[in-house]
Amino acid sequence: MIEVLRWVIWRDMTLALRRKSEVLTAVLFFVIVVSLFPLGVGPEKNTLATIAPGVLWVAALLASMLSLNRLFADDYNDGTLEQLIISSQPLAMIVFGKIMSHWFLTGLPLVLISPLLGYQLGLDPDSIIILMLTLLIGTPVLSLIGAVGAGLTLGVRGGGVLLSLLILPLYIPVLIFGSGAVEAARTGLGVEAHFSLLGAFLVGAMILAPIGAAAALRISLD
Amino acid sequence: MLECIGLECVRGDRTLFSDLSFSVKEGELLHLKGANGSGKTSLLRMLTGLMSAAEGEIQWNGENIRKLREEYQKEMLYIGHLPGIKGDLTALENLRVNNALNGTEISEEEAWDALGEIGLKGREDLPARALSQGQGRRVALAKMLVSKAKIWILDEPFVALDVKAVAMLQKVLDNHLQQNGMIVLTTHQEFTVSHANVHMLDLGQGVA
Repeated sequence: MIEVLRWVIWRDMTLALRRKSEVLTAVLFFVIVVSLFPLGVGPEKNTLATIAPGVLWVAALLASMLSLNRLFADDYNDGTLEQLIISSQPLAMIVFGKIMSHWFLTGLPLVLISPLLGYQLGLDPDSIIILMLTLLIGTPVLSLIGAVGAGLTLGVRGGGVLLSLLILPLYIPVLIFGSGAVEAARTGLGVEAHFSLLGAFLVGAMILAPIGAAAALRISLD
Repeated sequence: MLECIGLECVRGDRTLFSDLSFSVKEGELLHLKGANGSGKTSLLRMLTGLMSAAEGEIQWNGENIRKLREEYQKEMLYIGHLPGIKGDLTALENLRVNNALNGTEISEEEAWDALGEIGLKGREDLPARALSQGQGRRVALAKMLVSKAKIWILDEPFVALDVKAVAMLQKVLDNHLQQNGMIVLTTHQEFTVSHANVHMLDLGQGVA
């Protein structure tokens, strides 16, 4: 079973790295959106620091949503998805591998580049560390939840819009507690409660989302 | 043994076929015939478990394939009309990763041998999208050479193949049947398998 996980991740990473431009899309989007705020809001440092947690988190959320509808679409179009579904290996495990690759390619780069953007918006070093940690826990949840939506809207015309409508409500708790933690750190309040909840979201999503996404794919291909 | 009891297929509001019963025993080949749109592909997808039947059930050695699921899928090989290969991976990588994800890992040598045998010598390292359509089909069909599955479900396996490849594929099918394998396939092409117990099933003209 672990072997299968290794193969899925190898496959999806190899495919993505042979088309580098698509890997960079999420990160570029993130950088561009965040960089536009100082231009639009004005360079006043206090204002920027106040809106920074929200801006960074909203941008990260949208960036990770950007490539979601392609999570299964390529495999669907070339017929490899039906081969995965009739594999003798557990589909949830395969799906979990695909979600992990998705996160490595879209979530992890956001985490790594976020200190730079936090600094750009005038966050203090402590808040920047909290920002990175919340993104590290939060972005995998986004990929996991998104996979269920991507599975359900597979092959639907105009699926992109439907996908956003479907999963945005589920993203909101992650957004609230993610940006809330950064805001709390910025104003010197405790962040334990936020992290406990984000951690709980992650554990719950890791257990439930692959099963849900696998079921969604079975329905989509029926 | 694969047994279908009272299958019914409904697409949209049309019933493609109903009350369809047949069985495929060891060493038998079932050739599905029928006009375009008569439900051949739908029937094949039902046999793989991808699609659920509106009525009836499909049994593998006496048990419903929906219950067996992974146990049945281990015994089954399906090659659909989509090739199921990745354009950005090489032929070799495609074959290896497809097998590994199916839980039947093969070594690199086995993959080289299979691709050589299916007539892709010298092209093993090319990205699959650089191959012609017929060569792409061969990559998909190479799976049959390394497969240990008992039942093969093939949707138009002869499509886009040249005369030589067709002859070779017939030999591969023959071998599988000789080893007591089972095959269900659809094709509009004439083909001959010498040793087999070939049965025909005609799904008719479809619904106008």
